[in-house]
Amino acid sequence: MGWTRKDLLTMRELDAGEIVLLVDTAASLQEIATREIKKVPALRGKTVVNLFYEPSTRTRTSFEIAGKWLSADVVNFSASGSSTAKGESFVDTAKNIAAMSPDVVVVRHSSAGAAQLLARELPCSIVNAGDGAHEHPTQALLDLLTIREHKGHFDGLHVAIVGDITNSRVARSNIHGMRKLGMTVTVAGPPTLIPPFIQELGVKVSHRLEDAIRDVDVIMMLRLQHERMQNGLIPSLREYSRYWGLTLDKLARHARPDVLIMHPGPVNRGIELSPEVADGPYSVILDQVAKGVAVRMGVLLLLAGSKGGGDTP
Amino acid sequence: MSTPAPKFREKAQVLDDAALDRALTRIAHEILEKNGGAAELAFVGLRTRGVTLAQRLAAKIAQIDGAALPVGTLDITLYRDDLSIRGTPVIRGTDIPFSIKAKTVVLVDDVLFTGRTIRAALDAIIDLGRPKAIQLAILIDRGHRELPIRPDYVGKNLPTSRRESVAVRLREHDGEDRVVIEEPEEA
Repeated sequence: MGWTRKDLLTMRELDAGEIVLLVDTAASLQEIATREIKKVPALRGKTVVNLFYEPSTRTRTSFEIAGKWLSADVVNFSASGSSTAKGESFVDTAKNIAAMSPDVVVVRHSSAGAAQLLARELPCSIVNAGDGAHEHPTQALLDLLTIREHKGHFDGLHVAIVGDITNSRVARSNIHGMRKLGMTVTVAGPPTLIPPFIQELGVKVSHRLEDAIRDVDVIMMLRLQHERMQNGLIPSLREYSRYWGLTLDKLARHARPDVLIMHPGPVNRGIELSPEVADGPYSVILDQVAKGVAVRMGVLLLLAGSKGGGDTP
Repeated sequence: MSTPAPKFREKAQVLDDAALDRALTRIAHEILEKNGGAAELAFVGLRTRGVTLAQRLAAKIAQIDGAALPVGTLDITLYRDDLSIRGTPVIRGTDIPFSIKAKTVVLVDDVLFTGRTIRAALDAIIDLGRPKAIQLAILIDRGHRELPIRPDYVGKNLPTSRRESVAVRLREHDGEDRVVIEEPEEA
């Protein structure tokens, strides 16, 4: 099984073999985090540019650490205080960065398709670190690695993804990945936050938290973005947290004792997750963050360290 | 990936199972002799067959000396000097669950050829800590070194031509213990 792609843009375009290759590579790289000297020379002399047009701490830091542990040079470019503020277009900025010959550009942008656009325009590898409400493939990959390490396998697992499905690129990337690996996915949330025709992605839909979390192996809670309330999609935060917030009591009454609780972060404590659940024994939220570095190392290594379609001696 | 690997046919048998076992027994004795016993020794095998050979050497030393020596697994993919010209890097992970600090590490591999793999392995080990010394045990030394690297323990010196290939087959992976020289089929 070889890696032949120039870019990592979506989970939708990957096949099951490619997803497993990415997860396996990341799993083997986790050991580096336990070393005294956390650096291997694999990407020495390669340059990775983080091109972030949306605020992000976790993802940008995670890519930065991943690149540095592999000995790549990592440069951060954030839209504020840059030429964007002076009116330069997205593609022009990207072309200017490309003229400095990076090997990989990691891009986050509020518009769906931004990473695809760059992949077409630039000769270097592009990693999509989140494009609008479209996809966030490295988040899905780290979620999959976390699930496999805790459950031992993928096949036949049932996952409930709960919250604002419509605006979640995390949900979309996970749905594509999980379906390809033979998992069952239920999406749950108030009807205003579930997109119409979502069943066409092969998922079940539930409008009651208590039903959605029954008998599932994994519960993935999504962050409620406060601005949704201003748009009238939910009546109040208090009502949302009462019906859709996960508490120890709801878990004890409806979920399996070995369920995993996941959250892509940042957590709104007391809204989608009670603090007792976020910090509780079911929660693997910080493990997800640790695995994020391994996944991003794997992605950078396969993109910048492979000679795609090349001559294996 | 795209270029098909050339097909090889067996040219000659170099070691049978008894000879392979004798070679390992001798190396185990040499390791104990050179180091004055088994104190502070540790094995690190190179994936995949080096690990199996390291386990067998550790078992032999346990028989001779009664010492249970630790055996670690080293994947040198991240340290290769030809990473970017080899297609997809396959990372299978390093697993050395003991400290190598102040230990004499015996690095074990099946075939020594150009020496580039061992160069990478030396860097990989030193990144994990500062061993007292590193020694190299090899089942087959086939020559053609491209770097100033020499083994401390050798199962068999085997003159080969560059176009030939040496296949070490071990029970645990291949169902038999045997070493053969292979040559390209159309030649």
